[in-house]
Amino acid sequence: MMQQQPVIFSVNGPVVKVRNQNIFSMMEMVYVGSRRLIGEVIGLTDTETTIQVYESTSGLRTGEPVEPTGAPMSVTLGPGIMTNIFDGIERPLRALESASGAFIGDGLDVPILDTEKQYDVTVKVRVGTMLQGGEVYASCPETSVILHLCMIPPNLSGKVVYAAPDGKYCINDEILRLEDAAGRVHSLTLCQKWPIRRARPAARRLAPSRPMITGQRVLDTLFPIARGGTAAIPGGFGTGKTMTQHQIAKWCDADIIVYIGCGERGNEMTQVLEEFTALKDPRTGKSLMERTVLIANTSNMPVAAREASIYTGITLAEYYRDMGYHIAIMADSTSRWAEALREISGRLEEMPAEEGYPAYLPSRLSEFYERTGAYEVLSGREGSVTVIGAVSPQGSDFSEPVTQNTKRFVRCFWGLDKALAYARHYPAINWTMSYSEYMDDLAQYYEREVDRRFIPDRTEISGLLKEEQTLMDIVRLIGSDVLPDDQKLVIEIARVIRVGFLQQNAYHAEDTYVPLKKQFRMMELILHVYHRAKDLIAERVPLDAITGSGIFEQIIKVKYDIPNRELQKFDTLTRSIDRKLDALRAQRKEAAL
Amino acid sequence: MSLQYIGLHSISGSLVVLDHVKGVQFDEMARIVLDDGTERTGRVAMLEGDKAILQVFEGTNGLSLSNSRTQFTGRPMEMPLSGDLLGRVFTGAGRPSDGLGEVMPETFRDINGQPLNPVSRQYPRNYIQTGISSIDCLMTLIRGQKLPIFSGTGLSHNKLAVQIVQQAKIAKEQGGEFAVVFAAMGIQNDVADYFRRSFAESGVLQNVVMFLNLANDPIVERIITPRCALTAAEYLAYEKHMHILVVMTDMTAYAEALREFSSSKGEIPGRKGYPGYLYSDLASLYERAGIIEGREGSVTQLPILTMPNDDITHPVPDLTGYITEGQIVLDRGLEQSGVYPPISVLPSLSRLMKDGIGEGYTRADHAAVANQLFAAYAQVQDARSLASVIGEEELSPLDRKYLEFGKYFEKCFLSQGFDENRSMEETLDLGWTLLSLLPESALDRVDDQVLKAHYDPEKAQALVEKVRE
Repeated sequence: MMQQQPVIFSVNGPVVKVRNQNIFSMMEMVYVGSRRLIGEVIGLTDTETTIQVYESTSGLRTGEPVEPTGAPMSVTLGPGIMTNIFDGIERPLRALESASGAFIGDGLDVPILDTEKQYDVTVKVRVGTMLQGGEVYASCPETSVILHLCMIPPNLSGKVVYAAPDGKYCINDEILRLEDAAGRVHSLTLCQKWPIRRARPAARRLAPSRPMITGQRVLDTLFPIARGGTAAIPGGFGTGKTMTQHQIAKWCDADIIVYIGCGERGNEMTQVLEEFTALKDPRTGKSLMERTVLIANTSNMPVAAREASIYTGITLAEYYRDMGYHIAIMADSTSRWAEALREISGRLEEMPAEEGYPAYLPSRLSEFYERTGAYEVLSGREGSVTVIGAVSPQGSDFSEPVTQNTKRFVRCFWGLDKALAYARHYPAINWTMSYSEYMDDLAQYYEREVDRRFIPDRTEISGLLKEEQTLMDIVRLIGSDVLPDDQKLVIEIARVIRVGFLQQNAYHAEDTYVPLKKQFRMMELILHVYHRAKDLIAERVPLDAITGSGIFEQIIKVKYDIPNRELQKFDTLTRSIDRKLDALRAQRKEAAL
Repeated sequence: MSLQYIGLHSISGSLVVLDHVKGVQFDEMARIVLDDGTERTGRVAMLEGDKAILQVFEGTNGLSLSNSRTQFTGRPMEMPLSGDLLGRVFTGAGRPSDGLGEVMPETFRDINGQPLNPVSRQYPRNYIQTGISSIDCLMTLIRGQKLPIFSGTGLSHNKLAVQIVQQAKIAKEQGGEFAVVFAAMGIQNDVADYFRRSFAESGVLQNVVMFLNLANDPIVERIITPRCALTAAEYLAYEKHMHILVVMTDMTAYAEALREFSSSKGEIPGRKGYPGYLYSDLASLYERAGIIEGREGSVTQLPILTMPNDDITHPVPDLTGYITEGQIVLDRGLEQSGVYPPISVLPSLSRLMKDGIGEGYTRADHAAVANQLFAAYAQVQDARSLASVIGEEELSPLDRKYLEFGKYFEKCFLSQGFDENRSMEETLDLGWTLLSLLPESALDRVDDQVLKAHYDPEKAQALVEKVRE
């Protein structure tokens, strides 16, 4: 029986329904209305098809056509992704700007990737070669620092029947023809498509064994994240989630940064674009943007595209992972994504669970976080996707559903603290609430690459912080005067750790990034002074005398005073501090005599 | 198109349902003419088959199922705009209410606006001097920023807003014109009048566009008031190249109107009964602040909201804080101890200030003094809570210093007169003078060199003596 052309039956915000059609499939991408707005099928019954629309539905009429595409919501993968800035469904914002000016219009049809730019392509295979999914058939320099590898789509394999010669090609030029086992011939270009809601396959998952080094002391030393790991940064507004993510993006040792601005501020994305472009990347000497892709679906852009932006981002990351790169995804903020789920769920009149969030919130979160990891990819290389997701808890209350459910699926928890932020202690990561489950996996790395004493030192530092907390409970009740000197020393040294080690100044040229070696030397210095001071106190040198010598202030300023490249200065400093302490001891002995 | 639909299918709250309609667009406007000749405006909120659900801005009182004829306009809600908007007063729905007649439109714009492309934005960098020490030094307002005032009922937020409007120095050096768009949502007549009078007295009224939806006006109208105001602001900023400061008060009343409207539509509520899309909805307003690359003109927002029960975790201040670029928090305790403006420094913040201060903008030492003031004032709070337990006498000498610093900080820095306009130089110097009350070793947020250049205990002592007299 011939069916009628599908038409819009109802419109409610971003949700459009079509009646009496059975040609659609779940998650299929569709064009809605005569302006051809992009939408996705999110619900099917025998009588009704529900579609979420990724653009503003203002002006849609009932009876306008809905056109199926036969393919799920997909992203285009190929050279041209790096340095670009996309919206939540991978429409390039720069192209949208030239199409509709400063304000984003509807129904704009722009090519996802630049179709006219030519790349220097090296074809790696010859006619007759058998190729499996994931194998590389061509490569081209995408930017000055990223070599793009073109891979056979994971679900395809066969024999090469045509291979283009090396040369300059655009992304839609034919590079390869592949004949599969059934005799069908597939034409391959420089780009391919992949559905955003399906994880790209890999050969084997690898155990986390290497940290992703961020140069931020509180993270690398106390709560490290592994390559291929997951971390959540929850914090109320103004506690520095975005700032922390910017710092990690700028300095971490991933090859590629995928920055997802999901329902956040427009000015923030502009800032990322400006700063990352201007920042000279210490790893490559070029602009950081050369190995960054931004996904910007700001809070005032359509909510359905915000929901998609997270998947778009992780799919792009997986594609580069398959080339053997290590990718760090900054997702700011996953709470906005959860809210987009809630908003759409509400429009669908689904039964809400906690606080109006749909009951499938935890499963969606886990699906997303489980797409991370370190892998042996199909071509045999190693690659990883690390996710750092900001969480914006309602009312700064960490017991709300998004924070709680996220906590179940991530292995690093970097809790930001309002009290620390108010005191302008940045990064405002609360050391009692935060944790990293990777420490055991990574211990070997620290021992091998930094020092055998790194782990014991770290344990001692966090022990001192813990002890301070206990002591402060007493001080808050009865004042600090009643404490004996050795306990006062713990409070003093904990202050040194907090101010001199945990606090890090993102705007200071030396302090913004600190290599592991210096982090270790700083810990060593603090603990060395602590042990010596403890001994002196046991010999009845008063704490006031030690404080009065100014050594604690000296240690606090080490982060500024000793440049990252001149770590030998730690030796001189240690010697000069030792001399001061020796002098105190001598004084005490004299006085005792 | 002059097709008219006679009668309605059903009425519920401010919503009416029309049956057997054809070709109606989602979001378009409709005119409902009653038999007595009066006219109301509606907007299509939902379409289903041949039914259209309209929200009626003026409310549905007096409507019956048979006494009206409805005509669809085929266009979304639009505002007539022209350069003559300045000095005019409109209702919350954007109709002239000052008796000066209709605006001669140069153009019409959809009041919902369109999202500004992040790549077309220019990152805000130029600061606005408000003449208020605490704001200028510690939470500098930047042109193109959205910086809300979190207040409570009975606090002096209105006075502060007026002072900011009167003293704000925008782009004097660049010669751009400065104007204010004022949107009142659900505020009392007296308050609206206070603003009007204050603007008139300071002679800025000719540069103000007012949109007034007062406490007794319909709530559906309240939902479009900020949209009308921002449409006017965007037009004046981006097409007439003016620097616009948008004052919107009270955002809590706006959110409550949204909640009322949402529940009348039978939507599933989120937190505290507010609709699940409150964040997106607020963002669609706040995100309209900004600067467009390559165009003269800017939209800066100063929304005011009253925190119900002074609770900063209430959904309205909470979601606002997540969208806006910082916040100015007022404190009842300070107000009661006679500090004006009662700005609670620690929870207040301006996210954009770091790039708009320092050398080339304000002064090279601005960031240093601001950081150190924040840190020192945080210590003051600790010392105070300790003192309240163990008594001031038992405090360590340093903590006692902090108490003293806190006292003079509130007295000399936070407090200032309603017509006292302090320059940036004055403010920053005052900050250093107060910090010099503390021992040098306690100032650990500052580079030694900067500290040496500004640390001056004698000056601090002189200030203390001056205050004592």
